[in-house]
Amino acid sequence: MRRARATLELLAPVVLIVAVALFGTTVSSSTQTYVITTLVNVAIVVALYIFIGNSGVVSFGHISFVAVGAWTAGILSMPVSEKPAIMPSLAGFLRHTTVGNVPSLALAAAVGAVYALIVGLPLMRLSGLAAGIATFGVLEITHNVLRYWEKIGPGLNTFSAVPETTGLLQSCVGALIAVVVAFGYQWSRYGRMLRATREDAAAARAVGVSVYGQRLVAFTLSGAVAGLAGGLYVHLLPVNAESFYLDLTFITLAMLVIGGATSLWGAVVGAVAVSAVDSFLAEAENGVKVFGQTLDLPSGTRIVVVGALMALVLILRPSGLTGGREAPVPRAMVRGLLTKFPS
Amino acid sequence: MTIATFLGADWQTLADAFGLGGIYALMAVGIGLVFGVLRLVNFAYGQLVMAGAYALAFAYERGWPVWVGILLCFGVVVVLSLAMDLVVFRPLRTQTPAVMLVATFAVAFLLQSIALLWFGSLGKIAASLSSLNQPWTVGGVDIRKISIVATAVAAGCLVALVALLGRTNVGLHMRAAALDFRTARLLGVRANRVIGSAVVLSGLLAATVAVLMTVQTPLVTPDFALRDTILVLAGVVLGGMNRLVSATLGGFAIGFASGFLGGALPTNQSQYLPSFLFAAVILVLLIRPGGLFTRVGQQAVERV
Repeated sequence: MRRARATLELLAPVVLIVAVALFGTTVSSSTQTYVITTLVNVAIVVALYIFIGNSGVVSFGHISFVAVGAWTAGILSMPVSEKPAIMPSLAGFLRHTTVGNVPSLALAAAVGAVYALIVGLPLMRLSGLAAGIATFGVLEITHNVLRYWEKIGPGLNTFSAVPETTGLLQSCVGALIAVVVAFGYQWSRYGRMLRATREDAAAARAVGVSVYGQRLVAFTLSGAVAGLAGGLYVHLLPVNAESFYLDLTFITLAMLVIGGATSLWGAVVGAVAVSAVDSFLAEAENGVKVFGQTLDLPSGTRIVVVGALMALVLILRPSGLTGGREAPVPRAMVRGLLTKFPS
Repeated sequence: MTIATFLGADWQTLADAFGLGGIYALMAVGIGLVFGVLRLVNFAYGQLVMAGAYALAFAYERGWPVWVGILLCFGVVVVLSLAMDLVVFRPLRTQTPAVMLVATFAVAFLLQSIALLWFGSLGKIAASLSSLNQPWTVGGVDIRKISIVATAVAAGCLVALVALLGRTNVGLHMRAAALDFRTARLLGVRANRVIGSAVVLSGLLAATVAVLMTVQTPLVTPDFALRDTILVLAGVVLGGMNRLVSATLGGFAIGFASGFLGGALPTNQSQYLPSFLFAAVILVLLIRPGGLFTRVGQQAVERV
């Protein structure tokens, strides 16, 4: 019974992601870019969820793992002939190495995980406000170093000339990988132990759960997913250090909070819903026709609307649109599944 | 050998560092006061300063006299901070600190993008007090007036605040509420009045900071004071949030360090300044999560 229910819970986010991707095949290529960005955002927000949702500790630092993933994939997959123009002072072996699309993404995830592990080793001892400020410090340091250290990247330049391989298929597969990883984690004993520490740290410790250890596991795993998402990002758009800073931190946190931080379904719904609103407003800032009337919003409206939405949701419905629960599964469906596949 | 040459910097750098430390200390007090009564870290504090700076720019553009501009600045900031309390803080009072931090993060972005919509990204000029950038000659060395004025104003505000907290009824109520809000209420402290006065006080401090900051940075853009707020927040946590004194010291320390290193280091090193500052903050948080200036045994933060 429980396993059947679990499978159905995974079904809802998967169906939503596939539906978004299918919708992307029907629209014009300019709109398609928004759809692909939405799917990459899903991966980032799911990465945030793995740590924030399960541990209840706020992290402002996850975008630095996205940035590190983007740097890894971008540097490694840029053609050798293009490198001197964009990254003139790149360190030796990076200058002569180029890997394919899939290896670059795998390496992005690996580097994201290693970076998160290194950062998490000291930081996971903190909680509450101290954790918030310390992870913010990680974001500041990463941003600062990536911006100025030209041996490991383009510095202030933009990652142009990276093969733009993140299409609908790649972004959809990436988002699905993120969701399946997050789902597998939250049903594993590690995920359960971490959620136990979220509900009552003292009680969890009393039954032998290491709060520090469980948070570190989740932090590393979410670093891997965030790194993967960063790899997807750099293969989608020409990004630079400013792309992975406060704005992205804000918008992805907003997605998580608006959807409902304590469930995977909430993370996916939030990412899709806010991305949809955000893309529509971004179009409207360039002028768009709605019901025969031209809507032309001044630039900057997007963040006003998203910020207002986030504040409203926090005030009126603090557990998010989904109430922080997984997708509701009708009993009939569970029973039907059980009669077909008796376990 | 003077202290300045010993530290490898000139007097101006030292004075600047004191000025910046003073300004950051004022912001730290503003954030600490609200934290004391509400247990809420106001990420949007910098946007109050930004609003004040825009008010000054507005007055400057129309050529109004300096005092009108400053009055407008104070009015705008206090009204905005009261509105923020009413609309955002009040419904969130019962939430966890992490949720409130995220909420004020949202408010900060909201206000910033409203400013972007309203005034554009190019920025406005608020230069009515720019004469304070002229140097004063003190004992044979030239020091810009604003460095001295900022230090003096910050010291004055802090003394006034200490008097207010220590000698008046409102101050007593605020200290009681900061210590234990529920017990204070049981003993007849009015919650809304205490919170209101803390919010107004922190608004007044934000306005003062806006006036001082526009002298050095007359170009007011939507992200005015954003970076400073992040640094001050780090400083406040670094010093220790639980006591106003330690929070203020933390704010001063990070402002002083930022101003001093920014002036003393060559450019190719000072570009990494944020990294050094935040690395130091993280290090201190690991060693003393309760704060640098709290007494031993008073650390309320639980470690895992």
